[in-house]
Amino acid sequence: MSRARRVWAIIALPLISIVLSVIVGSLVIIFSEWLVAGQLNPGLALKAYGALISGSVGSFNAIVNTLVATVPLLLGGLSVGLAFKAGLFNIGAQGQFLMGALGSVIVGIQLRESPAVIAIPVALAAGMLFGAFWGFIPGFLKATRGAHEVVTTIMLNFIAIAFLAFMVSGPLDVEGSPSPITLNVGNAALPIILGRNGHLGLIIAPIMAILYGFLLFRTTRGFEIRVAGASPDAARYAGMSPKRLIIWTMSVAGMLAGMAGGLELLGTTHHMTASYGTTVGFDAIAVALLGRTSPIGIVLAALLFGALRSGAAAMQIQAGVPAELVGVLQATILFFLVASPVIKRVFRLKGADTGLEEAGTMTSTYSGAAKIA
Amino acid sequence: MDQILYGIPLIGLVFEFIGYLIAVLPIIAPITYSAAVPIAFAALCGVMCERSGVVNIGIEGTMLVAAFVGWSAGVFLLPILGSEGGPIFGASPAMLVALLLAILAAVVVSALHAWLSISVRADQIISGTIINIAAFGITGYLNTLLAKSSPTGAGAFTAWTPPEFLTTLPFVGWIFTTLFAQGPLTISLLFIVIGFQILLFRSRWGLRSRAVGEHPRAAETVGIDVIRLRYRNVLAGGVLAGLGGAFLSMEATASFQQGMTAGRGFIGLAAMIVGRWTPLGAFGAALLFASSVGISQSIKIAPPPGQLGDILTSLPGQFFDALPYLVTIVILAGVVGRSIPPAADGQPYEREAAT
Repeated sequence: MSRARRVWAIIALPLISIVLSVIVGSLVIIFSEWLVAGQLNPGLALKAYGALISGSVGSFNAIVNTLVATVPLLLGGLSVGLAFKAGLFNIGAQGQFLMGALGSVIVGIQLRESPAVIAIPVALAAGMLFGAFWGFIPGFLKATRGAHEVVTTIMLNFIAIAFLAFMVSGPLDVEGSPSPITLNVGNAALPIILGRNGHLGLIIAPIMAILYGFLLFRTTRGFEIRVAGASPDAARYAGMSPKRLIIWTMSVAGMLAGMAGGLELLGTTHHMTASYGTTVGFDAIAVALLGRTSPIGIVLAALLFGALRSGAAAMQIQAGVPAELVGVLQATILFFLVASPVIKRVFRLKGADTGLEEAGTMTSTYSGAAKIA
Repeated sequence: MDQILYGIPLIGLVFEFIGYLIAVLPIIAPITYSAAVPIAFAALCGVMCERSGVVNIGIEGTMLVAAFVGWSAGVFLLPILGSEGGPIFGASPAMLVALLLAILAAVVVSALHAWLSISVRADQIISGTIINIAAFGITGYLNTLLAKSSPTGAGAFTAWTPPEFLTTLPFVGWIFTTLFAQGPLTISLLFIVIGFQILLFRSRWGLRSRAVGEHPRAAETVGIDVIRLRYRNVLAGGVLAGLGGAFLSMEATASFQQGMTAGRGFIGLAAMIVGRWTPLGAFGAALLFASSVGISQSIKIAPPPGQLGDILTSLPGQFFDALPYLVTIVILAGVVGRSIPPAADGQPYEREAAT
């Protein structure tokens, strides 16, 4: 097969899914407006997409904002992607992100007057550690107790929200503030390297994508992860320890999502309120699936969703279409990806890759159906 | 020795706590029961799907869609059908139609999952996840659109008032009030649990469903249409999830909030596992998970006296917010190893090619 055809086979279905979702999205815009406002306005979809595009890549500032929005999505996508590779489903990127942000803010405000060379790495490391711990818990529970990560990670997401709210309104709250808020991280804030708010994460995140590729395809551990993901039995017969791999992979996945939270906090918000929230969890799943868990794919998918997220505000202001449309687009892209056997038939794409081989492993361990050890 | 000495007041506190729980049972029981309703419906939906071999992670999203449709249909129907409450449950025509639409919406969402996981043979966990993401995105989008005009919903179902001669009976009256002085969806849950338990283990349909979930190939050889039965059960599961979702926006409250299911679909899945894939067990587990809500509410309403009360009331509110999720993880991790799912759970079925 020629190189061009090989590339086409990989990107055909994601591309078609994106195009189809744009069409579905415009139908949703037009019909929901008709339902609520009572007038049929086909031009509204064009106006909304126009605002979305100019808001995400229309100017230098818009492009920088898109790149900044891409950073947490890229790291979250790597987190979910790594777990997928091992046959694990990390729906907990949300909670790990929040714990990461919390870890970074706790340490960041302690070091707010220390030199930046110390404050930044230590605060970021704290976020990564918090995230890793939040990934370790479901990994440990799955490896030792057989509790499937699909349920435990969701529960941990809600626990993270409550814990964060407790920390910000309790121990971290600034005295005398009208509503719960932490101090600013001061010197632990990431330096701006591009435009008005392009922080250091713009360099760190792509490096992590390269390391992700290196880990998976150039190291023994990466090989073990891929074998365990493709066939846990094969991994066991080859003498690998699936239990250790599960715990290791979930911890590292948690660390990546925690790093996303740490970079977001130290790079953009610099402090935390009790309602500090995020949509990174779902977005990260979409990024990993659309990017097919490959490093390049995840980078491209993260850029796409980063552009959508950062252009959504402009769309809401200029076209009056709620920013939540991004969620609709995301869901329809994923829907067409999952229905890819049908899409393949409809569009006569015989050679196209349909997707995720490791998903079978993930489903077979659900609720302890397959023995882990 | 020191440890033993430290242990004594702790044991005392534990006993004191148990005594407190018994004393405030009349407060805890009704709160627990209503908190358990959506979890139990989710768990029943899970039992219905997984007994016939389809994993449904999308229950959370299905319930969210039903909750949204139940509320928003009320908004649209209120001006058309009027708001007069009926003689029973305060149910206006608008609310009844909205309830039907909520259930219908849940069935449509379930049909999507059924199609993806049974016909397309996509991965079932991914399919369910996409349903959750889609439900969150679409209800969020439409809710924001609707909220612009700050609409009025059709209201919520009210509780039934049992006749006085029943409620005044000692003890029996209390149980009767707790179980039946409730809204229609809560009352229906009890009958559904019992009916479902009997059907699953005593009827032809139940036997066939279980066969299809354990060994679809064998079931097919004795003439059972595996594909059709799985479709039918996943759609029936949609009805159950729809009732659970409608409960949230039409009985427990009279409004919709973004993401209001708050993980109850997943807690329902945990209840299904802990309840060993039986309707009664799942219902019991849902009550167990929901009891954390009942206990934390009763500590707020009627804190225990003395040292125990000081300790409990000094706990931060967020601890009680997190409690249902903590309890779910702990119980799930303790029980899951001994709970065995249907053998063909999550595996798409492919008919053998006719030669």
